[in-house]
Amino acid sequence: MLYRITGQFKTNYRSDYALFPVRQDMFLLAVILFFAWVVFPLMASEFAFQTLLIPVLIYALAALGLNILTGYAGQLSLGTGAFMGVGAYACYKLVTIFPDLNLMLAIGFSGLFSAAIGLAFGLPSLRIKGFYLAIATLAAQFFLVWLFEKWSWLYNYNASGAIQVPTIDMFGITVAGPTASSMVQYYFVLFIVSVITLLAINITRGRIGRMWKAVRDMDIAAELVGINLLRAKLIAFGVSSYIVGVSGALFVFLWRGAAEPNLFDIPLSFRILFIAIIGGLGSILGNFLGAILIIALPVILNIIPEAFGVEVDSSLLEHINIMIIGALIIAVLIIEPHGLARIWAVIREKLIIWPFPH
Amino acid sequence: MDVLHKILVAPFIDMVAAPDFFMQVLWEGLVSGVLYALIALGFVLIYKSSRIFNFAQGIMVVFAALTLVGLHEKGVPALLAVPLTLVVMFVLAVAIERVVLRPLVNQPDVILFMATIGITLFLIGFGEMIFGGENKVMITEQLMIPTGAFTFEPFGGFLLIEQKDLTAVVGAGILVLVLLVFLNRSKMGRAIRALGDDHQAALSVGISLSTIWVLVWFIAGIIALATGIVWGARAGVSFALEVIAFKALPVLMLGGLESVTGAIVGGLAIGVLEKLFEIYWGQPLMGGNTETWFAFVFALIILLFRPQGLFGEKIIERV
Repeated sequence: MLYRITGQFKTNYRSDYALFPVRQDMFLLAVILFFAWVVFPLMASEFAFQTLLIPVLIYALAALGLNILTGYAGQLSLGTGAFMGVGAYACYKLVTIFPDLNLMLAIGFSGLFSAAIGLAFGLPSLRIKGFYLAIATLAAQFFLVWLFEKWSWLYNYNASGAIQVPTIDMFGITVAGPTASSMVQYYFVLFIVSVITLLAINITRGRIGRMWKAVRDMDIAAELVGINLLRAKLIAFGVSSYIVGVSGALFVFLWRGAAEPNLFDIPLSFRILFIAIIGGLGSILGNFLGAILIIALPVILNIIPEAFGVEVDSSLLEHINIMIIGALIIAVLIIEPHGLARIWAVIREKLIIWPFPH
Repeated sequence: MDVLHKILVAPFIDMVAAPDFFMQVLWEGLVSGVLYALIALGFVLIYKSSRIFNFAQGIMVVFAALTLVGLHEKGVPALLAVPLTLVVMFVLAVAIERVVLRPLVNQPDVILFMATIGITLFLIGFGEMIFGGENKVMITEQLMIPTGAFTFEPFGGFLLIEQKDLTAVVGAGILVLVLLVFLNRSKMGRAIRALGDDHQAALSVGISLSTIWVLVWFIAGIIALATGIVWGARAGVSFALEVIAFKALPVLMLGGLESVTGAIVGGLAIGVLEKLFEIYWGQPLMGGNTETWFAFVFALIILLFRPQGLFGEKIIERV
């Protein structure tokens, strides 16, 4: 009923392929953006900023990067965590070498380092395919994390081996470091995530995106119709690693505040893979839905026993948490292998034709 | 020049200068290679018969070992605990087939791969809830595994070979032999291989998919238990063991995802090479701990020349 498309006529292909072919989608997005930009920041407590809003955005961005590589270009990667690490360490080096550099620029540049390393590890993808490639990306994962630990230049030779975010001001406002306010950090993250998401939507809708999808569906056929596989795959690795690198820099600078090498270890890579798969491979919206589910679920699970006044051992709770996430992954895969984004697409389709079944 | 000398010449001089130490390193590498090969074998069996990349194999190792130790702690005699653990692994195999695999038949590979990651997480949570997260001691003596050590003195040096390591190598060898005979000679084994070759053709001649899947996961469970006992005897039993699951992945890459021979050869090769690299190149030149990535990088380089691994089936692509 709310989604009735009566009266919205398409008179040419251009309008058929517009960003919002259905007008209600635009309203819905406007409402969501209004909530994200105005309502949440006004209402959220410190706790909500730090455990829900900021991490959801950062994880969604990382999943978006992975999704471009895995969901759009079809190259399964298990090394996301390490590429986030590259972004974070690059950003750390940039802000310590050039203390006056604008943080927004520093984060933008640090993505380039991650992209360069992503390109290097993407080169074998032309010869190695499928699960073999997935394991090959693990080489990047383990090697880079080892490098973060052993190459002391990366963390400025400090004794702890960890990187500590210094206090950084931008236009007179503290945006990073221990004294930064959560609301400023939230807006900073939200701005970058919004811009990159918008760019990603348009890249995936355009020529490059179609090229990726052709490669994903069958790379030999794609080559036969004249797609340069090397270029298509390398662009995917580059763009994906850039986004992942930026999310890694945000992860440390705007959220964690400090990082040790093992933070970027394999569990982080897997968590991002879960978000991308549960949300839906080959979908931009899915990354956000998946991130909300994976990040919010543990928080909610922690609150439930308290709400009922039951004392539960925190380690037990953590184990139940892991179990539930495992079961949830299996359940989502069985119910809808294409993820939450597909579930939303089905609901939307039903709403458009409601009350008729077809 | 100095750097080149350090990389290309000095390690070999060290090897020749202390042959007993070199042999000790080789032996250590061989023993861990056997373990990698065993885990990889579990992967290969499941991949061969169902094209499922079973990420949960590593956690099944931990789970089996924890069940064994846990049962023994509850007062079950060690020799009774082994068959009981096997029963648990069988129930696990049936449950996985029923709950996870059956609804996901015919889904793309990556979905099934994700499902096994789901199984992994579930088992981690479940196992830690029941058995606790702390490190446990494997019941080596109660299982009548000898724990002494042989010492040799080759070239006037000193070489120590622990009996439990020797038992592990021999035991793994027997297990592999039995498995090969089973796969190649028995009716069930032939059915497993038929299913691996072509699902639909196998189904059409009356091979039951679900029975074979349960069987294969159960065999993987048996292998997991064997691996768990051996590895547990060396390093104790806890969920930290799951990192060895990752070690089996480069083995698979190197040997090829479908090849039993590949798993064994790859496992031994990686076990030995990563130890040698760590001792002679990693520790003196790169600050050590290179074992975390060496196997992956090595396998990646080999894969550039043989994209299907050393023994894998040639990938034929059609449009």
